[in-house]
Amino acid sequence: MSNLLSKRTMIMVLSCVAILFPLVFQNMYLLQLLTLVFIWSIAVYGFNIISGYVGYLSLAHAGFFAIGAYGVGLLTTKAGLPYWLSLFLAVVITALAGALVGVIALRTKSHFFAIYTMCVGVIIYLLIDKWDSLTGGVRGLIGISAPGNIGPITFDTLTSQYYLALSFLALTIFICYRIVHSLLGRTFIAIRNSEELAKTIGISIMKNQLLAFTLSALFAGLSGALYASFIRFIGPQISAITVTFEMLMYLLVGGIGTLAGPLVGTLIVISLTQSLQFLEEYRMLIFGPVVVLLVLYYPRGITGSIETFIQKRKQQKISLRKEEHEVKRDVEEAG
Amino acid sequence: MFFETKKITKRFGGLAAVEDVSVSFEKGSITAIIGPNGAGKSTFFNLISGIHPITSGKVLFKDNDITKMPPQQIARLGIGRTFQTTNLFEQSSVLDNVLIGHRLRTKSGIWDAIFRTAREKEEEKQSYEKAIQALEFVELMNVVEHPVSLISQEEKKRLAFALALATDPEMVLLDEPAAGVNPDETDGLAYLMRKMADHGITVCLIEHKMPMIMSLADKIVVLNHGKKIAEGPPDEIRQNEAVIQAYLGGEVHAPVKQY
Repeated sequence: MSNLLSKRTMIMVLSCVAILFPLVFQNMYLLQLLTLVFIWSIAVYGFNIISGYVGYLSLAHAGFFAIGAYGVGLLTTKAGLPYWLSLFLAVVITALAGALVGVIALRTKSHFFAIYTMCVGVIIYLLIDKWDSLTGGVRGLIGISAPGNIGPITFDTLTSQYYLALSFLALTIFICYRIVHSLLGRTFIAIRNSEELAKTIGISIMKNQLLAFTLSALFAGLSGALYASFIRFIGPQISAITVTFEMLMYLLVGGIGTLAGPLVGTLIVISLTQSLQFLEEYRMLIFGPVVVLLVLYYPRGITGSIETFIQKRKQQKISLRKEEHEVKRDVEEAG
Repeated sequence: MFFETKKITKRFGGLAAVEDVSVSFEKGSITAIIGPNGAGKSTFFNLISGIHPITSGKVLFKDNDITKMPPQQIARLGIGRTFQTTNLFEQSSVLDNVLIGHRLRTKSGIWDAIFRTAREKEEEKQSYEKAIQALEFVELMNVVEHPVSLISQEEKKRLAFALALATDPEMVLLDEPAAGVNPDETDGLAYLMRKMADHGITVCLIEHKMPMIMSLADKIVVLNHGKKIAEGPPDEIRQNEAVIQAYLGGEVHAPVKQY
């Protein structure tokens, strides 16, 4: 109970900090950075559903991110649709694309799945890069509209955009929390732990995987759509395979298969990247070894390692109690 | 007939792992499948639980033709199973392992999860009750909160039973349920299997421990090189010439134990 209370208070404190942050710090640079962290986190949460909970490493994630971004970009600039309708449509289109790719990709397993989805990612990149008449090719899309007004609320300041990204992130985390702590979440984890066993206890693997894959694409699409309307310019680079690997890095650093991992990882890696900006490309010389060491010694990332630590202490308590119990029994039997 | 296979055959390339095997089990009975290593016993289980597709023949369960069904559908119809190498969700706790066992009887989906609907709550409660019931049945209530990696081999065997029971099966397939545990613990597991049968669950097991089988099974099926060479009550099998030659190797002096 005390554990739950402390968890709850921690979430409350963190939410308060996030809400009050723009009021206390009037630093535009920090605000811009945090908004980007929130937007990327949404995509990483999606990544976490399929790769962390179901255990299938999908490397098409940047592709779905780009579909969401270009969806909003094209619908607002070329089709002239209102912003919120475009956002909704972009997310739906991305989810549908995810379902379509999933139907085929999920017939493959483990490494083959990773390679297959990587190919899908590359194809999406090529489509965006080469389809000049639709996407503007290498020149990219400019003049994407900022989020439209909702009644009296406008989104033309940085602060309001910050709150918008924060609300979508909160919604994403809430949905992920609910899923992970439901029967559906247990089903995902069962598939990750042992597909063979899951099958024999009557779980249909394909159906659940497809659902998870579609959800992950949906969040990537939402993140991309928000990104497009925040930066207001997008180019084919956002669908590049390196973007997928960046998201994978956020997830690995934060903790794959944990609820806080995506946010923690994105926040830490993006802040580090920014503070090491002066090293330019050489900063990868620092990042590379750090990530390798992390994966070697803390495969469950920062939050995962903390969780493991707490669990270990609990186990020690259990085995201690067990021993005490056995000693007591032996004494009783002897007596 | 409750459960029946009609001349089922499985070929891996040119090799027949199981050939023309016809058996039938009655409801609430205990059937043991024995045979030397490589006789096709585990393959036989994989065929009836839908893991491997059958080359030819038919499998009938409660008047349903389940020959071509995928494993999850067979599980839903009421056939549970355990694996030879104890196959559990190692990272989860004992309770969490059994909780997921009842998933096939629940319907909650993504919307129920996000909005935490009445159905979700109801089914979570139902899964919990079912899990506790299964753990009580196998007498594992003392380790409910323990992670699977911390419990003994024998407790893992019991947990595998509980996981199969949580699916609400009418028949269970147990692949070497007593392998790797000591004689006392074997007695405990045999008692559990008898208890399952007494509760109307049809039990089919693969086992090498002859004393246990001789006293536990109502019927024994003997496989050799993928073919059924004998079938009958333990006393008959003990005297069957073909079985003695193929498997038991000469005379049999298997002691009988009562459970």
